[in-house]
Amino acid sequence: MRHALIRTAGIAASAVLVLWGAATLAFLAFRIIPGDAVSVMLGPQAKVSEAVKAGVRAELGLDRPPLEQYVSYVGGLLRGDLGTSYQLRMPVSEVIGRQLGPTLQLTVLALLIAILIALVVALLARRGLARAVVVTGELIVLSSPVFWIGIVLLAVFAFGLGWFPVAGTRSPATVVLPALTLALPVSALISQVLRDGIDEAERQPFAETVRSRGAGPARLVLRHSLRHGAAGALTLTAYLIGSLLGGAVLVETVFARPGLGRVTLTAIVDRDLPVVAGVIMLSAAVFVVVNVVVELLHPLIDPRLRVRPAAFEAPAIEERR
Amino acid sequence: MIARRTALILAVMFLAAVALAALFPDALATHDPLRADVRSALEAPGAAHLFGTDQSGRDVFSRVVHGAGRSVGIGLLATLLAVAVGLVLGSLSGVAPRLLDSAAMRATDILLAFPEFLIALIVVAVLGPGPVNVAIAVTIAAVPVYIRLARTQTRTLRIAEHVEAARILGVGPVRTFTRHVAPAVLGSLSVLATIGIGSSILAAAGLSFLGLGPSEPAPEWGLMLSGGRNVLGRAWWISVFPGLAITLTVISATVIGRSLRARVEGRRA
Repeated sequence: MRHALIRTAGIAASAVLVLWGAATLAFLAFRIIPGDAVSVMLGPQAKVSEAVKAGVRAELGLDRPPLEQYVSYVGGLLRGDLGTSYQLRMPVSEVIGRQLGPTLQLTVLALLIAILIALVVALLARRGLARAVVVTGELIVLSSPVFWIGIVLLAVFAFGLGWFPVAGTRSPATVVLPALTLALPVSALISQVLRDGIDEAERQPFAETVRSRGAGPARLVLRHSLRHGAAGALTLTAYLIGSLLGGAVLVETVFARPGLGRVTLTAIVDRDLPVVAGVIMLSAAVFVVVNVVVELLHPLIDPRLRVRPAAFEAPAIEERR
Repeated sequence: MIARRTALILAVMFLAAVALAALFPDALATHDPLRADVRSALEAPGAAHLFGTDQSGRDVFSRVVHGAGRSVGIGLLATLLAVAVGLVLGSLSGVAPRLLDSAAMRATDILLAFPEFLIALIVVAVLGPGPVNVAIAVTIAAVPVYIRLARTQTRTLRIAEHVEAARILGVGPVRTFTRHVAPAVLGSLSVLATIGIGSSILAAAGLSFLGLGPSEPAPEWGLMLSGGRNVLGRAWWISVFPGLAITLTVISATVIGRSLRARVEGRRA
């Protein structure tokens, strides 16, 4: 019971820390932008008098002392107010909310495909030639830019064979190629870690015990070693959910799909910093939610963790590539 | 074992070719990478144009050759900068008072928890587009890994016997660091960097693909890929060859990095 309390407190503390850090970072993004925010916002071509600029500055609250601005920004966030887009003149939460659907669809489907591929590959291609082929395939996929994977899939399956539509969102089939593109690198990383975890587990003494009780290899993998391998893979998967957001920017561009990635790219090109800050906050929130879920799932998979205080962790350095 | 050796030799040979293309593009290129010739637009790969031509009739092979310097250069530069910054910040953190050290490590932990590409994207969002800013963004995205490794190495080396001996012999702290600690830390960072170059090249290519890096008509692999996107149905070669160049470069760097790491770990074991 005490351990459970300490774990919960640790999780809550980490969550608050990350969100606060992201809010500060997002705020700093406004401050350290080279040049005057209002001139940047109006663009280099705009011929606007200083008086008008001062008016805009006052309207946005940019003329107040930095600390006051910081407090009011964080205060706004606590009330769920992400600010107003410079370019679109509407609340950032609305800009993001409108485009969240297609991206959510894309990333969730990609994650499911990735986990499915990783499981199949890690469980079935374990020895000999199959393993060598899969390991080489993983190296190639991880070394390819995700947008190039998308272009090759488009060239082969949309333009070449005509199995899938080229772009757009009109039919459900349009999401297949983008999701597969996004899923491939993720699945390669997960299956690497999953395979190593399963191999590692089967070298442990307990595997010998299970074998000596007469369990076959299938039973050993499914009942015992997969569970051990899954612990490491779970941490990695949580980390990779963040990379799906970054990947969505590229994949949505390749496949000309609407979504959060396009919104982010447009905001970056137009220097629409409130929207950029909103996206930073959203990814931090996703990160926190995913990590809370993982922290709660971990003890279910690995009973040894039930007595250890929780903290968000990044996967080991080697696992990032 | 033989397969691994062959892969290593191929990787070294390919990277040598890329380096040659980056340093002396004119020695390999068959055409002027910038000269447009509308009469020969969208020609398929063949004897006249090895990798075909793009929409404005420019030779794709020559553009891939000329793009090597920029595409690999940004990734290489960013990695070198990241190693340098990581070495300084990481070893400082390794000898800093405990409170400062743990504050710095918490900050790197949080940065490490976010994917490199997302961080690079945010940095470009703040600094604005452009090739220099892309290099800075990729550096910042890559640096936490090196800070963390440099810190761990410094903390191990601080209490190593040869460093202890130097201190007892009266060597000053700065000299002890530059002569006895930094070279060893740099060694481990370089091994990691060989693998890291690949992800930095990928991140830089991604940013240029989005149009946030170098701009037309400069030959750059990521940019060329996005230029061919709209005519993919008619001319796959415009996008496919630059992408192949990126992939082969990154595979080669990874293969060499892994074999370096295996060698270092084997020596230690």
